[in-house]
Amino acid sequence: MPANLAAMRSIFEQLIPKAPELIVFPEAALTGYFLEGAVYELALDAPTMAARIDEQWRAAGATKPCEIVVGFYENAAGTFHNSAIAVRCGDPDGVHIAHVHRKMFLPSYGVFDEERFLTRGRRLGTFASPFGTAAILICEDAWHAIMPTIAALKGAQLIIVPSASPGRGLCGEEELESNTRWKAILSSAAAEHGVYVLYAGLTGFEGGKGMSGGTCAFSPRGDLLASAGPLESCIITVELDRREVDLARATIPLLGDLSAVLPDLWLDEDIPVTRRLEETS
Amino acid sequence: MTLPLLEAPLDEPSLAINAALAARWLEAFLCDEMLVRRGIGKAVLGLSGGIDSALVAYLCARALGPENVYAIRLPYRTSSASSLSDAQRIVDALGVHVETIEITDAVDGYLKHAPDADARRKGNAMARMRMLVLFDQSARRGALPVGTGNKTERLMGYFTWHADDTPPVNPIGDLYKTQVWALARHLGVPNEVVDKPPSADLEANQTDEGDLGISYAKADRILNLILLGYKDDAIVARGCAPSDVLLVRRRVDATHWKRHLPTTALVSATAINEFYLRPVDL
Repeated sequence: MPANLAAMRSIFEQLIPKAPELIVFPEAALTGYFLEGAVYELALDAPTMAARIDEQWRAAGATKPCEIVVGFYENAAGTFHNSAIAVRCGDPDGVHIAHVHRKMFLPSYGVFDEERFLTRGRRLGTFASPFGTAAILICEDAWHAIMPTIAALKGAQLIIVPSASPGRGLCGEEELESNTRWKAILSSAAAEHGVYVLYAGLTGFEGGKGMSGGTCAFSPRGDLLASAGPLESCIITVELDRREVDLARATIPLLGDLSAVLPDLWLDEDIPVTRRLEETS
Repeated sequence: MTLPLLEAPLDEPSLAINAALAARWLEAFLCDEMLVRRGIGKAVLGLSGGIDSALVAYLCARALGPENVYAIRLPYRTSSASSLSDAQRIVDALGVHVETIEITDAVDGYLKHAPDADARRKGNAMARMRMLVLFDQSARRGALPVGTGNKTERLMGYFTWHADDTPPVNPIGDLYKTQVWALARHLGVPNEVVDKPPSADLEANQTDEGDLGISYAKADRILNLILLGYKDDAIVARGCAPSDVLLVRRRVDATHWKRHLPTTALVSATAINEFYLRPVDL
């Protein structure tokens, strides 16, 4: 953790001359992903995590505030979550936690075993970011099409996806099949809802599993704005313009259409959630 | 009017690999797991003259630099002469360090106390002696032993437990044999090594495919489908012979134990790897 905090500070030092307004780090960025039982040793509470990030931002010589999103294992009074925190760093009034998202879909199949060690989040919230309303989806959260849909319905214009994705599939043309799958999912979410999508992928091998990196950004039209290669540790900078969100939604108003039709869909008694409620009533 | 009928073939997940991508990935694996995680930048491996260890030598040389790779030839008196010369081709091509350490005296020193040992036991003694030497050479050189077992032999149980499978890192253990061939060709492993029939070279005229009773091409296809969850009838429907499917499935089902650490009696709530779960060093 100390070495990774130092690495975070050096990234800040590199970025500060560019005056960034938002910085996104991957899932489990300071500890690595496959911790299993060590989650209980390395998890931090949100205020401590926020303070550590803010310390690095200030120590790097920042003179302006910046919103910084970092994935981390959260100890919430003895309940452990795979979370991502959005921290307003370098503010004269002190450190401010803008949002904590607790991963809702904990993969527990194949190589994954999150639910054995962690408790899932219960709410998909949004928050005010420097680029308008934003939501955070952690890794598998974003694989469920309903998640970016709900985020967009709740007003998100920007979806931030910290991720730790073990790369797999060597048949790909240019990149791993898992990276290709990710890009398709992210592009589709961006284009359907007219939202920016920022994806930060962890890199490095953990017990043979190579975190596939592939950090990338998509425009509200679903176009790939920039992408790192698999395993590539790098910084990607992107300029976001909220007017692009308006233009994309005006051109293809799928989100508006969905808002109108959603009540009919939601009240369908064949949807399992409705049935479950009825069964328990 | 008769419309053209487009009939989709049965879906079958491919075994093809993007060899350039695979090479980059496995080189990054070696750098990360050896240098970054363990702080060891030197590799030691047993170079048999076969394709698996040849491929690992190429990957190590690319990842760590040939000056940091120690290839050890470990012949027994019955080993074929071509194994030694094929290993030399790889050494010459890569410029890695090489040493030849005969295991005959050490193996025969034990076997003279085991006059009833059959070919299988003798082969196991050779394999375990090779690993003993390899680990000692790793201690001598401050180098990490690198494994050379491929996915096909791991799944078929075609290896000596606690011998071929012991090195702490293995870049090719998730590659089927046919994928090993593809990657080796891409990296320029000499044709003499790539094209010769694979052999454990524990006995005269031994070949892997003879021992296994099936070609690697057929075995890999069946293994791939079994691991993806296909039932036997679905595999046969894709053109595999029922007898081949049976042979492969029996070997896989009877060798799960070889792919695990020893079975330890659990008596506490802190049993290692059962309750106390720490997959990597912190």
